[in-house]
Amino acid sequence: MTSTEHRPLPSLASVCRTRAGVELKEFFRQRESVVFTLFFPVILLLALGAILDYDLGSGVDFPQYFMAGIIAVGIFGASLQNMAIHIAGERSDGTLKSLSGTPMPKSAYFIGKVVQVLAVAVATIVILLLIGVFVYGIDLPTGTDWLTFAWVAVLGAAACTLLGITVSTLARNSRSASATVTPIALVLEFISGVFLPFDQVPTWLQTIASLFPLKWMAQGLRSVFLPDELALREPAGSFELGRVALVLGIWCVVGLVLCVRTFRWQDRGED
Amino acid sequence: MTRTPAATVPGAVHPTTPLDPDAAISVRGLVKRYGDRNAVDGVDLDIRRGEIFALLGPNGAGKTTTVEVLEGHRQRDGGEVRVLGVDPATGGRRWKSDIGIVLQSGAGDSQLSCLELLRAQAAYFPDPRDPAEVLDLVGLTEKAGSRGRTLSGGQRRRLDVALGIVGRPRLLFLDEPTTGFDPEARRQFWSLIRSLRELGTTMLLTTHYLDEAEELADRVGVIARGRLVEVAVPAELGGRGSAPAVVHWTEDGARRSAETATPTAFVAGLAARFPGEVPDLAVARPSLEDVYLRMIGEPA
Repeated sequence: MTSTEHRPLPSLASVCRTRAGVELKEFFRQRESVVFTLFFPVILLLALGAILDYDLGSGVDFPQYFMAGIIAVGIFGASLQNMAIHIAGERSDGTLKSLSGTPMPKSAYFIGKVVQVLAVAVATIVILLLIGVFVYGIDLPTGTDWLTFAWVAVLGAAACTLLGITVSTLARNSRSASATVTPIALVLEFISGVFLPFDQVPTWLQTIASLFPLKWMAQGLRSVFLPDELALREPAGSFELGRVALVLGIWCVVGLVLCVRTFRWQDRGED
Repeated sequence: MTRTPAATVPGAVHPTTPLDPDAAISVRGLVKRYGDRNAVDGVDLDIRRGEIFALLGPNGAGKTTTVEVLEGHRQRDGGEVRVLGVDPATGGRRWKSDIGIVLQSGAGDSQLSCLELLRAQAAYFPDPRDPAEVLDLVGLTEKAGSRGRTLSGGQRRRLDVALGIVGRPRLLFLDEPTTGFDPEARRQFWSLIRSLRELGTTMLLTTHYLDEAEELADRVGVIARGRLVEVAVPAELGGRGSAPAVVHWTEDGARRSAETATPTAFVAGLAARFPGEVPDLAVARPSLEDVYLRMIGEPA
């Protein structure tokens, strides 16, 4: 009975591996989450690619323009929407409370979530790129554009993951999280230059969009997928990569602070 | 806030007794406030290692709040608490590996199979039980590959218990484990709890089923309006052991009854008056339900 007292606790790395496995199974086995998160941007790409057809000049057609925005939407869905909805669900059904009563290191839970977000985001991006290349013949990024692609995606996913975890704490359950986050995401997508060129969005809506990370992710990714001449169609006359990094970085810090200060392992009880 | 001396609580530990570091659970003057209401209002309790202790009380009496403080899920507003010698408010991973918790809400809606859930849970603990053996112990071996949502209510609860014991806890909390069970499922559950007792696990059980407390517990504590009102072995709760018995029989075509402190002698006297069997003879003591309802202040 006392033999347990000297057994070492499982290492953080081994518990993280367990949590990562749990998170991947939880996501990829749930049909709703796979369809909603993974295939939503794919369906949008196929549907809008079939409907919309315009020429932005410099040989850029709609799919080439849309690729940046739809990848931003995919990352946003895999991180912010996914985290907000599923963590709210885990909190309201008692999963989080159960976990907090075990010796699982709390950091392992969040690392598991990060692995899930990365896996879903990478899967989404790969599928979107494959469709882009084989269905619409878009031009893939070249050279250092891949590097820009990587840091914009990682920084954007990090900011949106932290914000998603924060939003999950504000929601009462996964249904209310979904009902809150989904329409907000749609509005942001419309005003952030995802579906139509950002210079066609009214200035006051551009200003609102500039407060949120989605606009900056889409803008950073446009620099990856569009020729440099099209930078002139951006409101600032350039893709402002420095400012993209700055704003996404600020959102990471804000998201982290909000996360740490608000996260709860159980529903608000009577207190 | 004024508190009447808790020394008047029959069977309870005296509030001035020092915390018992060797007890599985030792509590002195526990207070938890919600707003201006004291949900737990000065509880003093010692639970021995290896004991099964049932906390009995109506909904809202403070059972779950008390247990949540002991589990480390809630911060207390007053009093001293030691669980396996550690203050739950500061209990770390090492402390949590000695504790198993079966919550009222139960496991969430997972996409993982029973066996996968148990394997993941086992991976958080330093010296877990074999997940397959635990499934066998709770009688879910044939459900190893099934997801939680395909289980019946009773099977779900047994899965919750499996998750609670796979870490080989020395102390197991069970919060209303059989609420919503049919009688057959409850009997199966009780035999599972008894087999855990054989393994030496200390258990703190909350329930509002009197028969469950009587069936399983070494001692019962009755909690009402945030206070313990009595602690006793089930047979002696509310003075049941020494309460006068009531003898019923039929004589001259009429139903008769008499209250007596010496039922054996009384029945012997009756037997002498009748040539054969005493018609419709019955000897009754107050049921656990009678004394319980009296204690929590409900009209019996």
